[in-house]
Amino acid sequence: MSAEQILQYIFAGITVGSIYAFVAIGYNIIYNATGIINFAQGEFVMLGGMIAYTFSQYMPLLPAIILAVIITSAIGGLIESVFIRRMKKNSVLGMIVVTIGISILLREASLYVWDEQIRALRFFTGSEISSVNIFGARISPQVLWVLGVTIVLVIVMFLFFKFTLTGQAMRACSENSRAAKLCGIRTDSMVNLSFMLSAGIGALGGCVVSPLTQTHYAMGTDLAIKGFIVAILGGLGNATAAVAAGILLGLIESFSISILPMAYKDVVSIVILLVILLVKPSGIFGSVQASSMKDY
Amino acid sequence: MLRIRNLVAGYDKLKVLKGITLHVKEGEIVTIIGANGAGKTTLLNTVASLVKPTSGEIKLNGRDVTGLSPDRIVRGGCALVPEGRQLFPAMTVRENLTLGGYTLFKRKRRNGLQLRLNNIYELFPILKERGSQLAGTLSGGEQQMVAIGRALMAETDLLMMDEPSMGLAPIIVKNIFQVVQSLRDQGKTILIVEQNAKAVLEIADRGYVMETGSLVMEGRAGELLNNNDVKRAYLGRDYKEFTDR
Repeated sequence: MSAEQILQYIFAGITVGSIYAFVAIGYNIIYNATGIINFAQGEFVMLGGMIAYTFSQYMPLLPAIILAVIITSAIGGLIESVFIRRMKKNSVLGMIVVTIGISILLREASLYVWDEQIRALRFFTGSEISSVNIFGARISPQVLWVLGVTIVLVIVMFLFFKFTLTGQAMRACSENSRAAKLCGIRTDSMVNLSFMLSAGIGALGGCVVSPLTQTHYAMGTDLAIKGFIVAILGGLGNATAAVAAGILLGLIESFSISILPMAYKDVVSIVILLVILLVKPSGIFGSVQASSMKDY
Repeated sequence: MLRIRNLVAGYDKLKVLKGITLHVKEGEIVTIIGANGAGKTTLLNTVASLVKPTSGEIKLNGRDVTGLSPDRIVRGGCALVPEGRQLFPAMTVRENLTLGGYTLFKRKRRNGLQLRLNNIYELFPILKERGSQLAGTLSGGEQQMVAIGRALMAETDLLMMDEPSMGLAPIIVKNIFQVVQSLRDQGKTILIVEQNAKAVLEIADRGYVMETGSLVMEGRAGELLNNNDVKRAYLGRDYKEFTDR
């Protein structure tokens, strides 16, 4: 393999990894607030891409994406207040099953609204044939967009959870929801906010990768599984680690293609999931101590 | 300030509070003493609305607050320092304290945050040094200080405390009770639940004795301290005085 080729693989891996990271961040936000793994997370990515595509027929790209993120957030919030809130007495496992049901619901609804055609958002800058030359590797400018948005997202998330009162309140809810109530924090609305936030983040991810990976009504399942692997790999509940783990998985997948047949790409990531679950369920960046306090 | 009438509450089919009637006047330290399982914690949790009452009435500053959500109780002027401190262990001391004032800062965008923090640091100077440490790494006494400070940040008229002396060394208990007294002198009203009856009766104005879900006695703190029944059951003082006579 030449140096340029390796670089090419690296960029491809990072791009795929970023979208995994978007899904995994969404998992983590909801997991932190409720202890639920929301398997409809992949559908949020799909919805983001689809809605943005539809709007982009009538308006410039930026407002279309903003609208898509807002609408998907609203859908996320709606799902929480219609399904999750009413199931509160149920077990966490029961609610996880509900999220799988919701994912099927969203998928079928999208099939109805958008049919089974594969769609792609316009490239943010340039077109599918334009490329940027980085150390000899030729990559699409969209890859840089994906990278940039991921980096900005991680920074914004960090600032939000560390310095804003709402972010701190969300963390408080996940650490001790009883005490959070005593502080006058409305834990219900924090859970709702967590669904809106992760739906919005998923949708944003769906928009930035859409030009590269296309958007299809059934893409959510695959993303949900990959995002789950990444969330576990990084350690559940740890959003920064999710980005690192996402990019790691993206790289592994991308390089596996150069050795193994393309069809084995998913096998590689599932094997990683199994190994992690067997060897270090707390994830490579997670602390064993912290995970022993979690429900499962 | 606080008026509770015929309060009945419990968990599912288990009735813990069997008709509690009590009142707390402005500027008082009132204590509820009683053995384990008497229902003291449930009483405070019901007032804070963590537990929903089956029947009865809770009035705060003349307003009926029975069954309102916990955040509205805090905004209505009543904060609870919960049993076992219940901090946010992986957040810093400063963040813990800030969240205590959540109801205020949510509306006024952190106006006066530093001022309020300074008030707490004045009360518990050690917390200023610990400001950026994670709350979970503090000693028991310091954690109790954070818990009290967090409840004070909401600037409510009424402060309820659940077993503040639990698991602490006597010297720290003394320190904390001194702070409670100074809070009263600054105009706070305090309802405090304790198993350490002797220590709390020495600083309280009035007290109630609770037994299996009912209040069985009420009186001035000094009277309760000298009451033979209370002495025998809760103070454990001069044990021989009663048995060998």
